[in-house]
Amino acid sequence: MTLTTVLTALGALVLAPLAGGLLYGIDRKVTARLQGRMGPPVVQPFYDFFKLAAKKRMMTSRGSGVWAWAYLLLTMTAFALFFLGQDLLVVVLVLAFAGGALAYGAFAVRSPYAHLGAHRELLQMAAYEPILLLTVVMFAMETGSFTVCGVLAAAGPLLPALPLTFLAVLIALGIKMRKSPFDIAACEHAHQEIVRGVYTEYSGRYLALIELAHWYELVLVLAVVALFWAQPLWVGALIAAGVFLLELFVDNLAARLRWSWMVTAGWGLGIGFIMINMVLLRWLA
Amino acid sequence: MGLVATSRVKSPWILHYCTGGCNGCDIEILACLTPLYDVERFGILNIGNPKHADLLVVTGPVNWKNADVLKNLYEQMPAPKMVMAVGACACGGGVFHNCYNTLGGVDKVIPVDVYVRGCAARPEAVIDGVVAALDKLAGLGRGEG
Repeated sequence: MTLTTVLTALGALVLAPLAGGLLYGIDRKVTARLQGRMGPPVVQPFYDFFKLAAKKRMMTSRGSGVWAWAYLLLTMTAFALFFLGQDLLVVVLVLAFAGGALAYGAFAVRSPYAHLGAHRELLQMAAYEPILLLTVVMFAMETGSFTVCGVLAAAGPLLPALPLTFLAVLIALGIKMRKSPFDIAACEHAHQEIVRGVYTEYSGRYLALIELAHWYELVLVLAVVALFWAQPLWVGALIAAGVFLLELFVDNLAARLRWSWMVTAGWGLGIGFIMINMVLLRWLA
Repeated sequence: MGLVATSRVKSPWILHYCTGGCNGCDIEILACLTPLYDVERFGILNIGNPKHADLLVVTGPVNWKNADVLKNLYEQMPAPKMVMAVGACACGGGVFHNCYNTLGGVDKVIPVDVYVRGCAARPEAVIDGVVAALDKLAGLGRGEG
């Protein structure tokens, strides 16, 4: 690990909230335009963040506050590990623990809405975690290394060899971004099916912490997408940006699915695509 | 204005509660969310959870049954918070004034910052009310509240 890597990771940690917040602002603007509305300014997520952070502290359970912090810090850990060029398996597993922390915080209170949201959050994780883990395995099969450094040092881009894996990652991205048709635990916007699901009992600064963690998470997941075309990296960044916009369109085109459909899509299609990709690679090789 | 004050004005999340009116004002409030008025361009979100809300928008005359619910919702909102009474019923009982089952206005139960008149209040008036509430929140002192 060189000094440059450490500085890159530190820079990414500082810049990611800016990028993530802006991406969510673009998200709200594009969504509004697709619905024939003007939409809020692009910096709206930052207004929301500072307003929430300055609200009076109110807690139904001390546990939920601790878990909100855990969610943010674990996401930041996964983020830092990724930009330090470390093991992708560890990154995915730490990210999974972070997602779990959000649900455990919702379980720490007695509100049935929070519990319902937390159950659904865990279900979402069950749907997309295998996809991310198997994607890392596919990366390792192609490059011979589980690390981000290994992928960056590979001879050529991964996408031509792993097109079906890429499709599976798109499903995982939809679930991770909490977008339709997979926004069953709680949506970022004012969908109110189960009040606010997993966020019901988080308020004020804890909700702000969760927002911040979402921004890190979004940048991290898009960075994983960019790894599919790391030679040169700017093509990967363009692909990630295109995938982000595609996700916004899908969000507005699709209705919300039942949870069983989400698990079917995640396990059936997602894992199925990756398995076919794996078999084809072996067969062609 | 500082960063936090600006953010508060730019991002009011609304909790909407009807205390038993005729639903006329509720329809007009929801009309504010449609593409015609699109209040989200001011950062206003209609949020279903008192713990996330900044502005409590109440319609209808409060009756004995839901006075406690209203008080409960108000107490679940973290400060700083504002209350807006929308429509004649919420302001002073309206057509239900002096009925034995109603209390006659939201301010009989919780403190109200802004009164929006009308039966039903027009969406423009509702948006005006929100602006007045935000002025009061920012301490500018030019609101009507």
